[in-house]
Amino acid sequence: MPSDDAVQSDLEQQGVFFSTLNRFYNWGRRSSVWPMAFGLACCAIEMMATGLSRYDLARFGAELFRASPRQADLMIVAGTVTKKMVPQVVRLYNQMPEPRYVISMGACATSGGPFRDGYNVVRGIDLYIPVDVYVPGCPPRPEALLHALMTLQSQIDRQNLKQVRWYGKKARPQSQDFPVPSYGPHGLEIDGKLVDPVGSLPLISSYSSPMEGEQRRDQIEHPELVRVFPDMERELREETSASYAEALEGEDQHVRR
Amino acid sequence: MSDDNSELSARQRDEARAALQRDLPFALSPSGSFPSPEGGPDLLATSDIVVEAQQIAAVARYLRASLNYIYLSNITAVDLLAHGCFELVYHFYRLSGGPALTIKTRLPREKPELPSLTPFWPGAAFQEREAYDLFGIVFKGHPDLRRIYMWDEFEGFPMRKDFVRQGDKYLSE
Repeated sequence: MPSDDAVQSDLEQQGVFFSTLNRFYNWGRRSSVWPMAFGLACCAIEMMATGLSRYDLARFGAELFRASPRQADLMIVAGTVTKKMVPQVVRLYNQMPEPRYVISMGACATSGGPFRDGYNVVRGIDLYIPVDVYVPGCPPRPEALLHALMTLQSQIDRQNLKQVRWYGKKARPQSQDFPVPSYGPHGLEIDGKLVDPVGSLPLISSYSSPMEGEQRRDQIEHPELVRVFPDMERELREETSASYAEALEGEDQHVRR
Repeated sequence: MSDDNSELSARQRDEARAALQRDLPFALSPSGSFPSPEGGPDLLATSDIVVEAQQIAAVARYLRASLNYIYLSNITAVDLLAHGCFELVYHFYRLSGGPALTIKTRLPREKPELPSLTPFWPGAAFQEREAYDLFGIVFKGHPDLRRIYMWDEFEGFPMRKDFVRQGDKYLSE
């Protein structure tokens, strides 16, 4: 293939264009990835900056932020996904026409971020929808989001028309609707079963992303590892009581003066 | 600048306390109604005005009608688990300016109920719903007391200190 590319670029310099249908088709799709106008938290501010003139997402053909999931190819999950928001996110994803892609932008959307041990934030949106590109950062710089888009474009370049899951007659996994979780007394449920219950070990994503459409449930991240977590609270408690005592003493002095 | 402000704040507080002492003496809470745990810091010690929980509506209306604190800025709750009580903190402002007046009240953890301010300040509705949602504090007389952040099916009050601890970092315990 590399030699083909070399021949090709040689010919292109002389004004002769050869292409395979696959390459031509992927070129068309990669050059007009339309994201959905959809932001959840501070990452959305960086996403807006990416779209505006300074960073100019239009250079990569992705400047048309669509207000409707029906017209969007790409969902940028930009920000903290609370449990209350997940059903809506999954519904929006289900409404997007295939082929559809997801960028998980920032620490929160990828893993829960600083809210991972809280009661109201999901530990990664990839437990509910498949993610193609993860962007680290809190929030990621616009350059990082641009890099994520370019990564996605190179993934699109590698796709083969005959093998992708959204063409052909055979029913393939992940081309049907994804299950929308419902609210339960202790968290989000799918089919009456708690997804990623609180206090449990972190789960691996239920959906491997791009082409094969593999699905799995309830698999733990690195089950072979023995997990030992430090008691961060004990020191914290002692520190807090010490600082409280100091503050109270200071207040007494203030009153006396 | 900050010294001026704290002086002004203290003066406001003393004036309000004197006025309450004069007109609503039964509303002021005697100190030491909740026991402090042995050895720990006494989180109940405060220089702010502490009132009886069941009189909070009377106090708030008095502050508005007689002392001109017509802007209720904030209602929030603190869970003092070791002391066995919830502390509610109210911040009032005068529209003519000046620092906030802080009013505190304490409730037993077993039965956290107190009168709502929503019938007098409609703007208190969301803040009281928040305190109900996260701490389980029941505001009697609130016209629409339901959860505001968590979904209706959710069980428990997540900002309470004895809410089950979550997450990977507690697994070894």
